[in-house]
Amino acid sequence: MPPRQLHEQIPGLRRYARALTGNTWAADDLVQDTLERACSKWRLWLAGSDLRAWLFTIMHNIHASEVRKLVRQQQLAPTGPWEDEAQQVAEATSDNDIRLDLQRCLMQLPEDQRSVLLLVVLEDMSYADVARITSAPLGTVMSRLSRARSRLQTLMNAPAKAGPSSASAGADIVPLHRSR
Amino acid sequence: MHAWVDERLTPEQLHAVEAQLGQHPAQHNEALQWRSQADALRVLHLDVLQEPVPAHLLESAQRISTYRHGVRQWTRWGGMAASVALAFACGWWGRPALFPDNELAQTSRALNKGFVQQASTAHAVYAPEVRHPVEVTSAEQAHLVQWLSKRLGRPLRVPDLSAQGYVLMGGRLLPGDTGARAQFMFQNTGGARITLYVGGVTDASPKGSQDTVFQFSNQGSNRSFYWVDHGFGYALTGALERQELMALSEAVYSQLGAP
Repeated sequence: MPPRQLHEQIPGLRRYARALTGNTWAADDLVQDTLERACSKWRLWLAGSDLRAWLFTIMHNIHASEVRKLVRQQQLAPTGPWEDEAQQVAEATSDNDIRLDLQRCLMQLPEDQRSVLLLVVLEDMSYADVARITSAPLGTVMSRLSRARSRLQTLMNAPAKAGPSSASAGADIVPLHRSR
Repeated sequence: MHAWVDERLTPEQLHAVEAQLGQHPAQHNEALQWRSQADALRVLHLDVLQEPVPAHLLESAQRISTYRHGVRQWTRWGGMAASVALAFACGWWGRPALFPDNELAQTSRALNKGFVQQASTAHAVYAPEVRHPVEVTSAEQAHLVQWLSKRLGRPLRVPDLSAQGYVLMGGRLLPGDTGARAQFMFQNTGGARITLYVGGVTDASPKGSQDTVFQFSNQGSNRSFYWVDHGFGYALTGALERQELMALSEAVYSQLGAP
């Protein structure tokens, strides 16, 4: 595997991981685990095949098993770890406010729906590729996509903001715990 | 319906689906909502793509190449990666502060800053793209213009920069904070790319100024000229010398400003 090809994939992997986990540090940990797993299994990668899809498959599997572990430990808070993100952008602008809101809603989607939606929209992957990456039948992918879109729309339309925070209130500190 | 939202239909399929959606307003409405949802998602964490990759991740990735290519390759790539990271870092830190704390008083200026910043980000993301620099290529120019005009809600025109040596590659639709934005990409024979970023700007004319003012912005290696004309904001961005970019901006302005 030409190293350059692998390096080119890192920014994309980081962005997807960020949206998937809602947390900067968890995202980079996930990327690191993915790169290390890819490194130990690189012989399984067929030269000339789609490196990006292969890496996303590895990342999907690692993340799915981590989530299962977390669920077992019952530490998966329903709000998710996005508060960390909020802290980082406390000096936020309205752009960040919108981004945070979208990320918060995303974190409320079930894991399998969120990953399908992000692979399709953020990564612009074909439905068939998404099915392969998540090892689910195409029909399941499509129904997860439907449920993700409907649910996200409902969450986005809900009056999520506690304060009068709007596009004009960009200099406000982003509240760390929003009531819904 | 998903294929419609994700714009993955052939022209014939598109026709059939849109005919169907036309008969089912509720579905049509939902599809539109999904599409704007997708537009919003597509810009989520876009900045991560531009951040320098943390050193520990580069190291993890280097281990693969070590296995296969041996130490010499490792050192060579290490140096290259470091310089890439450095170049990214320089670009990143070299950027002007984007959102000063007390910007709210200057809505109009902030708006322009946001606009040109988004234009610059869009340029940085898509101009180096090899496989998908544009969403719709210039081969379908009529469709491109019609589509983007529809999504921006007003008639758009594409300037012809062939006299300046730049040929239209195509364009794409992007979400901006006040609505849809269009990006047109041009390339010269040397492979240099410039992008014209266009969007409706609502709050830009309270000054009552009749003269269009070209404003210059320098973001790392990319430079932009931006201006507002007839309710549209324009930003022309490229890694060009200021004078060259100015000449191109004037060409764009004079072509698009003509009735």
